[in-house]
Amino acid sequence: MPSELVLAIFLLPFFSFAIISFIIRPFFNHRPLLSWYVTIAAIGTSLVLSIWALIAVSGAPHHVLEMPNYEWVAIGDTVIYVGVTVDALAAAMLIVVTVVSLMVQIYSRGYMKGDGGLCRYFAFMSLFTGSMLGLVLADNLLFLFLFWEGVGLCSYLLIGFWYHKPEAARAAMKAFLVTRLGDFGFLAAILLLYTKTGTFDIGELQNLALAGAIGSTALTWAAIGIFSGAVGKSAQFPLHTWLPDAMEGPTPVSALIHAATMVAAGVYLVARMFPVFVSSTTAITTVAIIGGFTAIFAASMGLVMNDIKRVLAYSTISQLGYMMLGLGAVGVGVSSGAISLEAGLALGVAVGIFHLFTHAFFKSLLFLGAGSVSHATETFDMREMGGLRKAMPWTFIMFVIASLSLAGIWPLAGFWSKEGILAESLHYVPVLFYLAIITVFMTAFYMFRVIFLTFGGEYRGQAHGNHGLHESPLVMLLPMGVLTVLAVVAGFLGVNEFLGGESHSFFGALTHSLAWTSLIWAAGGIFLAYAIYGAKWLSAASLRQRFAPIYTLLSRKYWFDELYERLFLMRFLIDGFFAVLHWFDDHIIDGAVNGIAGGTVAAGSVVRKLETGQLQAYGLAIFIGILVIVAFVFIFN
Amino acid sequence: MAIGLEHFLILSAVLFAIGLYGVLAKRNVVVILMSIEIMLSAVNIAMVAFSRYGQFITGQVFVIFIMVVAAAEAAVGLALIIAIYRRRKTVDADKFDLMKW
Repeated sequence: MPSELVLAIFLLPFFSFAIISFIIRPFFNHRPLLSWYVTIAAIGTSLVLSIWALIAVSGAPHHVLEMPNYEWVAIGDTVIYVGVTVDALAAAMLIVVTVVSLMVQIYSRGYMKGDGGLCRYFAFMSLFTGSMLGLVLADNLLFLFLFWEGVGLCSYLLIGFWYHKPEAARAAMKAFLVTRLGDFGFLAAILLLYTKTGTFDIGELQNLALAGAIGSTALTWAAIGIFSGAVGKSAQFPLHTWLPDAMEGPTPVSALIHAATMVAAGVYLVARMFPVFVSSTTAITTVAIIGGFTAIFAASMGLVMNDIKRVLAYSTISQLGYMMLGLGAVGVGVSSGAISLEAGLALGVAVGIFHLFTHAFFKSLLFLGAGSVSHATETFDMREMGGLRKAMPWTFIMFVIASLSLAGIWPLAGFWSKEGILAESLHYVPVLFYLAIITVFMTAFYMFRVIFLTFGGEYRGQAHGNHGLHESPLVMLLPMGVLTVLAVVAGFLGVNEFLGGESHSFFGALTHSLAWTSLIWAAGGIFLAYAIYGAKWLSAASLRQRFAPIYTLLSRKYWFDELYERLFLMRFLIDGFFAVLHWFDDHIIDGAVNGIAGGTVAAGSVVRKLETGQLQAYGLAIFIGILVIVAFVFIFN
Repeated sequence: MAIGLEHFLILSAVLFAIGLYGVLAKRNVVVILMSIEIMLSAVNIAMVAFSRYGQFITGQVFVIFIMVVAAAEAAVGLALIIAIYRRRKTVDADKFDLMKW
């Protein structure tokens, strides 16, 4: 496959962004659908090229395409090269990004219909897709960081797309700042690796890390730094607070950026730098623990949310935690010697990315389903919904399939990828396995809670009775249908084997006791949701009262927002650290400047008394001065 | 005793010192102006002496210039003194402290 075409994969959406921003928006703003056509054409072409790249990679030796490097920056003798790398990992990610992006763009036409900012919307969406594809393809940490920040910027722009809503503007800022905290560690890690090795090239860094050429302390810090970037981007604990708020953006944006692609970039980064992580036991253990903890921690908050998108947001955080756990578990196995290095590297990436792959499809489908629901009810509050299965049968069916897939029900896509993670964590970090299996239960519960509240029972909304409820237009249902198919079949397309994981036969998977364990837990969750919200054998209100402290704890999100905003931001930063800086600025910096000025004035008021205005006194001074100079010249010359 | 260069220079230095003393010590502005003229004359004597003994004509040419300038300076200086006297009713240099802060 020609390298120009690989570059075109991520350059085309950028091109589309440029066309929309510089041609369509200024000159054809009255025909905003033009920008839709341009976006679809660009991303569709990228998708075709990505499929081509996938085919080329599967035929290539070691599943890697050799690509030329280009000189980017030359500073003195230091030359920074950039280039793209297409291996199995990148090819799988390309498919995820282009497929989900294309489906979301098609869907957006229906969902965003009549919005005044369509050109801006599609311009940002193109920019995002281009950045995300660049991030996936980059073979150089600095180049990757460029796109990493690019997707962060697009996330900010699109969360705040309805910038006239104060919550949206606030959420955008929050997302930007919180992820920036992690990115700082990432940048520091990049620079640390560069000072230790003199290269930004990912392949070289991987080899150096595996060869033990980087000191173990530096390597650990670098891995932790990279992971902090991933924690910010993938909304892992403790930087998870931005993602639920990011739901203020348009729903297709949530589906694309905050469910399927950008938030998965953190997992991708860990997978891409997996050899570096595996070389440090501390770092890879941190990944596993943070992942496992985030999975159950976020899922627990998802249990009680009333906003359908927020449930999905916590679910996303939880599933991203799963992916980290999958990577971390195998990595722990490798660094403890339980599995050989070569097998472990392939297996870890396969386990983590396989779940990323399947999750992207069913989670974006769930978001698009939520968007479809709100399209009819004009709300995201599940207390205002109910009974929608009659009015929106297609959305209902697809939403249930996606939920089953997320819950990990055989034989849907989620089952296969989740099994991999559960199996590896049971094998290498049993403690985290128990957290993960409880999370399976919670996942099934909250998803079916959403289904029973939204589609079951009778319509509770006040907005416009049952007659106003309508199924979404075809342009929205069609992309959802495509994603539904993928949410069903993505598990046995051979992606796992392609990435280097173990293969399972279709029915053979059911012969393992682990599969039954997780299926039973998931079924238990579904049954509990049915008991409370479907059949109403148990009253949700009385349960809420009985477990009031736990309910409050969960619904207030463990007070993390308060902790960060009130305690950390207001008390520690604004009242503490910034107050000290302010004092320093006021007293030391301003004091120095004002002191110099004041001293000059004071000295002037003393010295000016010498100026008598008497010409003769001046003349005498000049005369004495001349005498001194003459004497000086005589003595020293 | 032959009159040599050093005698002229001593005369010049003495005249210059007298003039300088007058400029720095006298109160009356007219006297100060006269003292300045004395200092100029001292310089002229030194110039002519060097010119005579050193065989350079330049010194004598410059003396002519200096005398012209001195005459003009005396005229301007006296005019200024008259102007100041009209305003301040005094020619005492100590009273001229307008440049004081």
